[in-house]
Amino acid sequence: MILQTKGIGKSFGSVLALREVSMSVEAGHVTCVLGDNGAGKSTLIKILAGVHQHDAGSLLVDGAETRFGSPRDALDRGIATVYQDLAMIPLMSVWRNFFLGSEPRKGLGFDVAKARRVARDELRAMGIDIRDVDQPVGTLSGGERQSVAIARAVYFGARVLILDEPTSALGVKQAGVVLRYIARARDRGLGVVFITHNPHHAYPVGDRFLLLNRGTSLGEFAKADITREKLTSLMAGEAELKELAHELERD
Amino acid sequence: MTATAGRADERVAEVGPLRRLLIRPELGAVVGAVVVFAFFASQSAVFRSLPGIANWLDPAATLGIMAVAIALLMIGGEFDLSAGVMTGTTGLILVTLATRYGMNVWAAMLVGLVVALAVGLFNGLIVTRTRLPSFIVTLGTFLMLQGVNLGVTKALTGTVQVSGLRTAWGFDSAHTVFAGTIQIGGASFRVAILWWLLVTAVATWVLMRSRQGNWIFAVGGGEQAARAVGVPAARTKIALFMTTAFAAWLVGSILALRYTSVQANVGIGQEFIYIIAAVIGGCLLTGGYGSAIGAAIGAVIFGMADKGIVFLGWDADWFMFFLGAMLLLATLANRLVRRYAEEVKH
Repeated sequence: MILQTKGIGKSFGSVLALREVSMSVEAGHVTCVLGDNGAGKSTLIKILAGVHQHDAGSLLVDGAETRFGSPRDALDRGIATVYQDLAMIPLMSVWRNFFLGSEPRKGLGFDVAKARRVARDELRAMGIDIRDVDQPVGTLSGGERQSVAIARAVYFGARVLILDEPTSALGVKQAGVVLRYIARARDRGLGVVFITHNPHHAYPVGDRFLLLNRGTSLGEFAKADITREKLTSLMAGEAELKELAHELERD
Repeated sequence: MTATAGRADERVAEVGPLRRLLIRPELGAVVGAVVVFAFFASQSAVFRSLPGIANWLDPAATLGIMAVAIALLMIGGEFDLSAGVMTGTTGLILVTLATRYGMNVWAAMLVGLVVALAVGLFNGLIVTRTRLPSFIVTLGTFLMLQGVNLGVTKALTGTVQVSGLRTAWGFDSAHTVFAGTIQIGGASFRVAILWWLLVTAVATWVLMRSRQGNWIFAVGGGEQAARAVGVPAARTKIALFMTTAFAAWLVGSILALRYTSVQANVGIGQEFIYIIAAVIGGCLLTGGYGSAIGAAIGAVIFGMADKGIVFLGWDADWFMFFLGAMLLLATLANRLVRRYAEEVKH
């Protein structure tokens, strides 16, 4: 287990945003975090990413109890987060974006040849087929952009990759592309935390599923213990759906 | 590369050498420069002679030094309207200290440099701390400096100019370095041209081959995202304002040493010419895109038109019309080029 939470919780003033959530992330495995809006997904990943600090339970990195002071702390321990907005500059080329803020040096300057080569090789190793690393990021599709952000996190030494709703803004085909890169990162031995509200995206790629609802855990399931149908209905709230169906029925 | 390769195949648009060339931000300026040169050269033999070239390269050089610095700043997403009047301020400091207070010319230049960098630092700090638009902040600095230039000059001399630098201590050596001429093939080229080439080369290296260059593109193209990956955005912008101030000092000193006197209103109105040259050179007004070489070529277009109109014996008033037309054409061309370059997708 690279990363683990045990009964973790967080409150903002009188609001209990997260209560008693336990989950684990293993190298070479994908842990999916599922939940509707307001379920506590973002609070959980912000704790894992070092943005917030938990105030109950414990957070373990490599089995040792830890408390991150800042996102930099988490990053230094190999936990990288790719947010939805991706932190990329549309007008800049793929390789310039790839190394932005961590440019390889060569003497006084920026080792441009190395940056180009490494960006191309890293993207290729992830199976990302970008025709030209010189093209501006703005000309890439949403899925390709996500993929570049993932490849960047992998290259800069991430052991755990936290992906915040990487497929939510994408069409079916594009989402498929991103799922493939998630699988590729997993195959390279990274632990992946995949946050989504779509069980159809989570089920094919996930090894474990943590379901959140109104700030608490509905349980963490291994893939063997849960079917896609069960996951979908848990996710949607079985009872609520039946009620909704009843309500919407024509007389 | 399973299905990805298949997906890519159907969309492959061959990015040929032509498109690669077209996505360079300088392209519009290069085409413009060729057209303008061809026009004046075909009409005037003097224009295409070596002395003629030396003649129109001179205004291109002093404008170019400023345009290149402004281009870097604009790529970094900011404006500096105080840049023009700052050339006056530094020149006035140089001449006043050297003639009225008996200071060595080199020492007076050093004082001018310190003042210029302080103004640049002030601009940069206000912009980065308050997040106010630099257009407004530097407009304030512009007006303040304009007032100081006139007020101080009048209080000291009773007139609106300071002069007499020729007899100052250390003038000859400084004049040779900053305002001398070099004979090539019977034509005398101003040494300012060398400074311009040097500034352009250094700026291009910084922009394309240094980490700071990557940061300049990033703070102009998306400041939040740049910050998020650890780019020192505020420091980068402050350095850019100080670079512009440095360029203003260089140009102010060159002009003061050349003419040995400085008018208190010098440089006013130039700030927009710098921006125009940078935009003709491919800089986006919104930041994040542009080129130092492009701005230098934009300055060449300006220099050619400035002198070419005189060579043809036209009324010099037409120059402004020409400048406006060039600006419009260049921005339209840049927009088309960028669209064409970006439609690689799908």
